[in-house]
Amino acid sequence: MKKISTQSLLMQIHLISATVILMVTSLAQARDTGQIFVSSEKDNSVVVVDSRKAEIVTTNKLCKRPRHMQLSPDRSQLLVACSDEHRIFVWDIAKNKVIDKHNVGEDPEMFDISPDGRMLYASNEEDSTMTAFDLVARKKLFSVKVGGEPEGVKVSADGKRVYVASEVASLVHVIDVSTQKIIKNIQVGKRPRRFLLVGNGQLWVSNELGASISVLSESSFSVLSTIDFKPSGMRSEDVTPVGMVLSPDGKTAYVGLGRANHVAVVDVASQKVKEYVLVGKRAWGLGLSRNGQTLYVVNGMSDDMSIVDTVKMKAVKTLKVGRVPHSVVLDD
Amino acid sequence: MRLHTNCIAALLMLVISSPTLHAKELAVGLLTQADDERYSASRLEKSYPDEPSGRAEQAVRLALEDTAFTLQSAGYSAAKLVLAEAPDSTQLAAVLDALVKSGVKHIVLELPAASVALVAVAAQGRDVLLLNAAAPQDTLRAASCAPNLLHTLPSQAMQSDATAQLLAVRKWDKLLVLYGPTAQDQLLLAAYQRSARRFGLKTVALRPFKLSNDPRERALGNVRLLTASADYDAVMVLDADGEFARDLPYRSVLPRPVLGSNGLTAQAWSAWYERNGAPQINRRFFKRSGRAMGSYDWAAWIAARAIVEAVAQDAKASNTAAQLKALKQGSLALDGYKGQRLSFRAWDGQLRQPLLLVHSNGLADTAPFEGFLHPRTVLDTLGFDVAETGCKAP
Repeated sequence: MKKISTQSLLMQIHLISATVILMVTSLAQARDTGQIFVSSEKDNSVVVVDSRKAEIVTTNKLCKRPRHMQLSPDRSQLLVACSDEHRIFVWDIAKNKVIDKHNVGEDPEMFDISPDGRMLYASNEEDSTMTAFDLVARKKLFSVKVGGEPEGVKVSADGKRVYVASEVASLVHVIDVSTQKIIKNIQVGKRPRRFLLVGNGQLWVSNELGASISVLSESSFSVLSTIDFKPSGMRSEDVTPVGMVLSPDGKTAYVGLGRANHVAVVDVASQKVKEYVLVGKRAWGLGLSRNGQTLYVVNGMSDDMSIVDTVKMKAVKTLKVGRVPHSVVLDD
Repeated sequence: MRLHTNCIAALLMLVISSPTLHAKELAVGLLTQADDERYSASRLEKSYPDEPSGRAEQAVRLALEDTAFTLQSAGYSAAKLVLAEAPDSTQLAAVLDALVKSGVKHIVLELPAASVALVAVAAQGRDVLLLNAAAPQDTLRAASCAPNLLHTLPSQAMQSDATAQLLAVRKWDKLLVLYGPTAQDQLLLAAYQRSARRFGLKTVALRPFKLSNDPRERALGNVRLLTASADYDAVMVLDADGEFARDLPYRSVLPRPVLGSNGLTAQAWSAWYERNGAPQINRRFFKRSGRAMGSYDWAAWIAARAIVEAVAQDAKASNTAAQLKALKQGSLALDGYKGQRLSFRAWDGQLRQPLLLVHSNGLADTAPFEGFLHPRTVLDTLGFDVAETGCKAP
């Protein structure tokens, strides 16, 4: 038997304990902090709201023109598209600080992260490209030329495809990740903006100037149907849908109707609008609590966030959240 | 490809040599006139608010680049811009003829008003779609209108209505109106008087002005005298030339804002506009042309976009009549980066659109203003509505 020196034994113990500590911290890291993050394009900041008290805790001067935000799959990091700095900032939620900045090309607006957390796909509004970025190797892998002003980006559930919406061309591009090529262009409504995977092989895309949602098939890559929005007393030109979010049970989708100042509540199965809920001016980005009972709506033209009780289907509180709020992300 | 037209022989050569268009290439024409004074170097450097800030070729190119995917998904390989310049208005009909014969059916007109009317007559009955992007005169939308002539630049009536709405909303409704001596100034005056009636503005004094330092014409040329002995909320200056209006702000007897041809003007577009994706298009345009995008650039850009949209939805690629119908009936809506769908008025071919009320380095507001109602679309509170149109050939 080999004699183990005290030193090496100590080292081993040290290693083990370090591993244990690492595991503990990573488990405790930033899950369910109850924080809500709201990006403000004009204040160059991300506002942090306490979800239980529905009050602003702090305002982080993060970067120039923060827009889309998304949690990493392990929910320990908040990734923020800082459009005027041409970077995606990585905010460590537990440490409360920026730990990395990724160069994903000019003017990133929207992005999505692959289910395994390895790849980030961003739309570069000015260059009309989609950039694929390897988050582990920290470098650009490839980019694909798309139609003018790409906006919404969504990775399919299996991570094999990326959908990109071109506002100018009114197209949804289907990009195959393995070949790095566009395999289909789908003509949708005017000025397509954001995506929602509703889980039954359907991909929804909001058409800001089409006052509608195009329902796309993820297998045939064609438009299956169109959902129109007509809140009473509103003209169709005032209905400009953008942000969407799905309820935890997948049965209900919420759609921010922009200038119509309402959120539409849509039954996913029947594709029927069940209700319109009055919120603030230019209802834009949406977020939903994990239990599905509280909907957060950021209003781009009234610089505030409406908090909607989805049981009563009513806005119960409005919070001022900085100039031109763009996105809301929940870590609840 | 640039069509140069110094003599008929050259034209004939072009007709023979130019049809290199591929089967599924969309040819878009841009028709200009070399002696259009508004684009002379000395005029451009004055940068009067209601005039072009340069040739709009880059705006058209940008639109065609922006819509490349739309064209491709409609089965076209690409769009090709065909530049055609007539030395003066007498050559316009011949240049148009050469363009049409070379297979160009969609033409953006960057021409003065009289030339637009001339080209519209020359294009009568032909399979060609004209889009006026540089002449705001109301008469082109009325007596001189044509079935295949659309307008993307806002009309003078629309500009005047937008300004009048702002004055009505602000309750600055008592106006001192100063108007110039030319026929073009009379058009502005007519537009103002129509808007004043529509929106309840009171003209407390209506005074002609003249650019003059002649002591015998002091009452016409002296701004202090012109703005004295009246009580007004604002000064409306109607000056098609621009030199008098330039020197008006901060020189009036009463401390009042200036609107109309200077001060606050109603524009189709502005570099200061920052909603609805405007900064993106402004940056793209700046990158290409090295200058800010103005109203005339925007009008040319949206004209080219309208062409592509109309052609792309016309699956049978039948003729321009079908495309014109789609554009005029509103079944085709355009995205002009103004926050809502834009469409053409069936009765006079004018693109309905919100207008921006712009001053030297910012936006005061956008029209139509909330509260001005309309049974169809509030955008029709700006300009000539169907009941009052003077266009008999819609």
